[in-house]
Amino acid sequence: MTGWQVLHEFLRTDPRDVGCERAMEVLDIYVDVVIADGAEAAERRFPGAAAHLRACGPCGEDFDGLLAAVTGTMS
Amino acid sequence: MSSAECADTASVRSHGPLDAESREWLRCLAIPAEREQALVRLHQLLLRAARAELRRRSLPALVEGREQDDLAHQAADDALLAITGKLDRFRGESRFTTWAYKFVILEVSATLGRQYWRNPPVPMGDDAWDRIPDRFGADPAQLAESRELAAALRQAVTEVLTERQRRVFVAIVVDGVPLDALAVELGSTRNALYKMMFDARRKIRAHLVAHGYLDAEGGMP
Repeated sequence: MTGWQVLHEFLRTDPRDVGCERAMEVLDIYVDVVIADGAEAAERRFPGAAAHLRACGPCGEDFDGLLAAVTGTMS
Repeated sequence: MSSAECADTASVRSHGPLDAESREWLRCLAIPAEREQALVRLHQLLLRAARAELRRRSLPALVEGREQDDLAHQAADDALLAITGKLDRFRGESRFTTWAYKFVILEVSATLGRQYWRNPPVPMGDDAWDRIPDRFGADPAQLAESRELAAALRQAVTEVLTERQRRVFVAIVVDGVPLDALAVELGSTRNALYKMMFDARRKIRAHLVAHGYLDAEGGMP
């Protein structure tokens, strides 16, 4: 990708994006659905949270951390 | 069955179908005789998760050794306090431990946001704009493209953003300040700053499309 394409991706906004607060409200449920039924099932159930987690670095980091915490405990 | 156990059973029933482990956590946390021990076990889980999360984020420049463990304890303590205060809000839509871990992960984020300002990088001022092409992966060999991208973005930031949006955009995108750290500095929240950035991204994109730098599909027209 060229710099312009990367910039375009960064500037692209998804109208389904619910923002940090609402995504964090359902993060625990989202993670359990990912573990039980896969990422696609979680995206289908929570499209707004999925759009947000793709776009927001800090919330994406929290998702990765929660997933790691739960799967680490289960293994 | 004691009166406490009866009350607890009613409480658990109100949560709907819970997995056995979550039901057991709620039962232990509701019975005075078992609550203290359950809180100790929960704190141990939270502390282990906080330590793992701090290691996973691998920020040795920010937190190391003993300090990292102090931060893990702080995050676990704060998470436990939040969990016990919000226990009645647990609806059983996730496993109890997943719900509880969420608190400690969010505490780690907040803690690192505060920690950032203890040793912030030296501000680069206007020179930071020179690094913008690198941040967006522009090919260093394509000097003309890099300069055009930086100039176009800077013009858009100057012309279409409000003063507050500009301050937030420059801090995050140009100076590289983490969102949580900026929220601490501005006395704001991650959510409020994200919404501001969301609007700023939309406005800048519209400006770059209107001026022929981007087309609606991406890349150069």
